[in-house]
Amino acid sequence: MPALDKDKRHLYRLAVLFAAGILAFLGLRAVMVPKGFGRYGFFRAGALTDIRSLPISYAGRAACADCHSDIVDMRKGSLHAQIGCEACHGPLEAHAAAPDTTKPRLPNGRALCLGCHLENVAKPASFPQVDPKEHGDAGPCTSCHNPHHPEIS
Amino acid sequence: MEAILHGVQGYMYPNELELQWSILIVLYPFITGLVAGAFILASLERVFKVEAVKPTYRLALLTALAFLIVAPLPLQMHLGHPERAFEMFLTPHTTSAMAMFGFVYLWYLMAVLVVEIWLEYRKDIVLAWRGSRGARRLFYGILALGSDNISPRALAIDEKVGKAVTIVGIPSAFLLHGYVGFIFGSVKANPWWSSPLMPVVFLFSAMVSGIALVLLMYVFFSWLRRTAVDMLCLDTVAKYLLYAFLIDFSLEMLDLVHRIYEADESFRALDFMVHTRLYVSQIVIQIYIGTLVPLGLLALTQFARFGEKARKGIYTFAACLTLVGIFAMRWNVVIGGQLFSKSFLGYTTYKMGFATREGLLPAIVLMILPFVLLWGLLKLLPPWEKEGAAEVQPLA
Repeated sequence: MPALDKDKRHLYRLAVLFAAGILAFLGLRAVMVPKGFGRYGFFRAGALTDIRSLPISYAGRAACADCHSDIVDMRKGSLHAQIGCEACHGPLEAHAAAPDTTKPRLPNGRALCLGCHLENVAKPASFPQVDPKEHGDAGPCTSCHNPHHPEIS
Repeated sequence: MEAILHGVQGYMYPNELELQWSILIVLYPFITGLVAGAFILASLERVFKVEAVKPTYRLALLTALAFLIVAPLPLQMHLGHPERAFEMFLTPHTTSAMAMFGFVYLWYLMAVLVVEIWLEYRKDIVLAWRGSRGARRLFYGILALGSDNISPRALAIDEKVGKAVTIVGIPSAFLLHGYVGFIFGSVKANPWWSSPLMPVVFLFSAMVSGIALVLLMYVFFSWLRRTAVDMLCLDTVAKYLLYAFLIDFSLEMLDLVHRIYEADESFRALDFMVHTRLYVSQIVIQIYIGTLVPLGLLALTQFARFGEKARKGIYTFAACLTLVGIFAMRWNVVIGGQLFSKSFLGYTTYKMGFATREGLLPAIVLMILPFVLLWGLLKLLPPWEKEGAAEVQPLA
């Protein structure tokens, strides 16, 4: 092997420094990037099993229908028919698993409604919306509207 | 919310009421532009052999480095969690234009600027190493990578490699700031930004601002050190400032004419905005005060004869106005692009905080920081020739 040019020695040192920097980066990368990153997409593959092992919060509409067929019947033909039970009542897996000991919370019959039905020019004109200062009094909307079939008032 | 709604006129979508990109995002293209411009001025001497600008060469390089170190800080301040910035390099996201800027930045900083400054200063570093003691000696020794060879051949090799680095550096500097323009120009949902001319306009405005900054730094440090300004150098820098400015202004006018003639569906909304909310910052500050006046002054020095003192004054004044104008341009792009609704039916207002994370105070601090860094760099690596210093005989 020919001897290194002594007038270029500083440049070789710079090159070695850069190579060491790149190697250090690659080492850090190997340590810091979680295993399985990028296998399915821009995320850690193991996140899928981690998420799968989390406790389930939502029971799903079918579980509600098992016991509450009267409500299912009431909702038929209503504008609210397509809305999931847990969209208003919250996650109910605990209730579905132990109906006698865990009771669901009753939704707020005013704040919850206004979440969708508060008047806003950005909403389509055909969407039912109200200005709560002008429509109804300060009481809950549910005193006139049946939330499971709001057209009946 | 109440306060924001007072500043809204017409119809805005709910997510457009409050501006998400603050003054810190204005600083990002402004500072990056200063870096690219300063470097391009420096490369004039090295690659294109414009010997007249030599007195500004080292100063321009150090200015570029000081500003480059600060360039990502506004972004990190805006996003929060600066510790996560490194993850961008670990798991590069090639579809994110913003994430890829990290690589453009790193390339420019490490492969171009640091190497070029090191090669340029190697002789000074070695001499400082030899002539100092204690911690200073250790510092310069590490900086010299433990090699004190400054033989004429070694320096000639440095010169050659340095030139190659500068040749790579010019497209890199173009890439750096062209890329910033691309980040804005590629947002197709925003008609104020979405234009293929954006990278080119950004690039030339970067050159203008960088040259103006180096000119000011040169005049300032000459005054501070009570040394005479090299008028040939200053005249040449001012001439290049004028040329770059003319191209930049022509490109911006080209963009404007194109928009006016094309007059697509966004035009009326944007036109209204320019005549109302952006009138002061765009028409008055950017175009009149920040472009036409300095352009006129610089052009005047090319045609009329002025004394040295008058020329120096005119250049300094024109460079100050230029920086104000380019800052206004960044402001009008970043803030202006968020003031109108994508429905083209309404306008909002930018409310800037003061001592908040993205307020005026951090912006001022971030703008002062590069000057502090530059001061430190000038102490460590003085760019000026030592007065009366004879050519030091290198060790064999």
